[in-house]
Amino acid sequence: MTVNTLEVKNLSLAFSMYDKGFVRRELKVISNLNISVSEGEILAVAGSSGSGKSLLAHAILGILPNNAVISGEMLWYGEPLTLKHQRKMRGRELTLVPQSVTYLDPLIRVGRQVSRNKATVHKLFDRYHLDGGVARQFPHELSGGMSRRVLISAATSGNPKLVIADEPTPGLSLHLAEHAMKHFRELADNGAAVLLITHDLELAIRFADRVAVFYAGTTVETANASDFADENALRHPYSRALWRAMPQNKFAPTAGTQPYAGRLPDGCLYAPRCALCTPECKAAPPESRIIRGGEVSCYHAD
Amino acid sequence: MRIEARNIVFGYDKSHNILDGVSLAVQSGERVALVGPSGCGKSTLSQILAGNLRPKSGTVFFDDKPLPERGFCPVQLIYQHPEKAINPRWKLGKTLTEAWDPDDDFLSALGIEKAWLNRYPAELSGGEMQRFCIARVLSPQTKFIIADEVSTMLDVVTQAQIWDVLLRVAKERNIGLLAVTHSVELAARICPRLVEFASL
Amino acid sequence: MSKLNRRTVAAVTASAILIIIIAVYVGGALLPNSALEADFSQKGQPPSFAHIFGTDFLGRDMFVRTVKGLSISLVVGAAASVIASIIALVVGVTAAMGRGWVDHAVNWFIDVFMSVPHTVLIILISIALSRGVIGLLIGVAATHWVTLARIIRGEVLQIRSQSYIAASRRFGKSPLFIARNHILPHMIPQFFVGLILLFPHAIMHESGLTFLGFGMPPEQPAVGIILSEAMKYISTGAIWLAFFPGLSLVILVLLIDKLGNTLRFLFDPKEAQL
Repeated sequence: MTVNTLEVKNLSLAFSMYDKGFVRRELKVISNLNISVSEGEILAVAGSSGSGKSLLAHAILGILPNNAVISGEMLWYGEPLTLKHQRKMRGRELTLVPQSVTYLDPLIRVGRQVSRNKATVHKLFDRYHLDGGVARQFPHELSGGMSRRVLISAATSGNPKLVIADEPTPGLSLHLAEHAMKHFRELADNGAAVLLITHDLELAIRFADRVAVFYAGTTVETANASDFADENALRHPYSRALWRAMPQNKFAPTAGTQPYAGRLPDGCLYAPRCALCTPECKAAPPESRIIRGGEVSCYHAD
Repeated sequence: MRIEARNIVFGYDKSHNILDGVSLAVQSGERVALVGPSGCGKSTLSQILAGNLRPKSGTVFFDDKPLPERGFCPVQLIYQHPEKAINPRWKLGKTLTEAWDPDDDFLSALGIEKAWLNRYPAELSGGEMQRFCIARVLSPQTKFIIADEVSTMLDVVTQAQIWDVLLRVAKERNIGLLAVTHSVELAARICPRLVEFASL
Repeated sequence: MSKLNRRTVAAVTASAILIIIIAVYVGGALLPNSALEADFSQKGQPPSFAHIFGTDFLGRDMFVRTVKGLSISLVVGAAASVIASIIALVVGVTAAMGRGWVDHAVNWFIDVFMSVPHTVLIILISIALSRGVIGLLIGVAATHWVTLARIIRGEVLQIRSQSYIAASRRFGKSPLFIARNHILPHMIPQFFVGLILLFPHAIMHESGLTFLGFGMPPEQPAVGIILSEAMKYISTGAIWLAFFPGLSLVILVLLIDKLGNTLRFLFDPKEAQL
């Protein structure tokens, strides 16, 4: 078995917040999250927006705010990923493709922000079919599709080992979204590991190799993208609920809502909505297990 | 009753128009999906139909009269980002009753839990907030709903829940619905009539 | 931000300021006025247990003079910043709600005020109003509303463009309802932070102007007067005459500024939890 570029084991993340006055309490936003991604692979983390997916990216990059309390393990090629590591690799081996051009400095020409080396800029722009003149433009002059390509080229200028793409497609037409995804595939084919964070399950299924289903701050299942073709190939009750709810499948809703950070149940986070729920589900969260080639956190999966 | 946009022209600068002579009509009780890629001007048209934006030229007619500028608007818009359509400093109970006073049965039909009424928007998820946005526009005075990508930012389970509710109420009350979406699969599920934005 | 969290900083600075204010007023009332009178037997003494800030060349106790001076400075500072921030609120909200020519007119006015160095303007206003407390008050208030007005205008414009305002309008809510229920509650924190941050400015201007001889009349023991008198004696080595009153003023001003800035972050939803 090849070594994973990045492996995240039982990651939990809480923010220490004020309630009223001086009382502090911990608000858990990520609990017992497990993912792994290896060279040449696109792993999608799919979940509804505002559920803490972006915080996963921030945790991997080491750019969480001061009041974040983190536990669990993050391994980089099998070695613990420390803050010192993250600081050294950030922007080089470990890069982020942000959501929009607002992450670029509006007052500096695009070319210089991609790389200081003109030859590198030229090479990258060539690869992403950007006109040479784009390098002399300012961020606000770029169209949606162009800015996406600029952001990708900026993230790939240092031959990254891991590229994290945080919601790379909203605001893009289907055509441009497909283009953007092709670029990520190219990156993976050149040996990078790609972590795609998205709220768009369809996009994840279409372009990723594996899909981690994110629910209320945890990953309930990591399945091969092809498993989503068939409800029975999926392992977790929530993944199956997702499958049934997709417009191209049954468009059937499942009752209930995702628990909010700060009001999480003790046991399995999906237990309050789950048809298979038994007393053990409510007692303690299930460990992640491997079943039929996918990872799942459910007592009842088989 | 019907809502009709006639020859709408709109642009933020003088030289370039986002909408150039767009016309579209929806009958009460009808469900129409407006489909087009992101950034093509669907949201702008939604804003104009709901009376939030004034077109450069052209008029929106409600019942063959120009859309009223004052008072409760019979054409109501549901936004893509519920967190932006709700005052962050108000408890949700206040937000809910800003437009009208829904009863308990109605709230439970929409899947709104009583405990949420005492919370602030930051304490709810996008799907929960979107339910409030839907509930508050479904006043008895509302005759048409414009739903602008209302489920795009939600997970598919919540999307299915939201549309289940919205379609049910729209049918019961004979409300006309214009669903704006980039997803052809979703459009086909919720509306019998599909309109390509590019064809307008 | 250091390890000390902002709520603690805010609470500590607020209580320190409160204690100083109470001490200045209660103490000022209790301290004998006789200490303000000349007593040549005590003249020119360096700090000691009997006179912790020392005495001046008329034998007056510098501690008593500083306390009395600060009490005057506080009143003038508070009054000036309250007036200035109310002007700012009214002007800022009017500009943003009026839009069109009203907004242009107000902005032009703000630009004009900003283009004149405000120390010069305060001096001119103060002289025109025959010096004294009133002249100083109006001078400081009239020059210090502009920045806050601009901030409030920007904030109101930003809130006005929110979707929930558009929605409220479509529910048939009146502009007055929207201003009162949606916009004004957002402005309250901004307003109070602006007010508190104006306070040290106003005090410094009051003292500065008085020091230059344009502000308070010399018979009042304002801090500016004390400092200006002390300058004459500094070359004789009596640095305590300027040092302790000056230090008290600086500490008070810095405390208020710290409180204002801490509150600004606490009220900012993006920073509030850090």
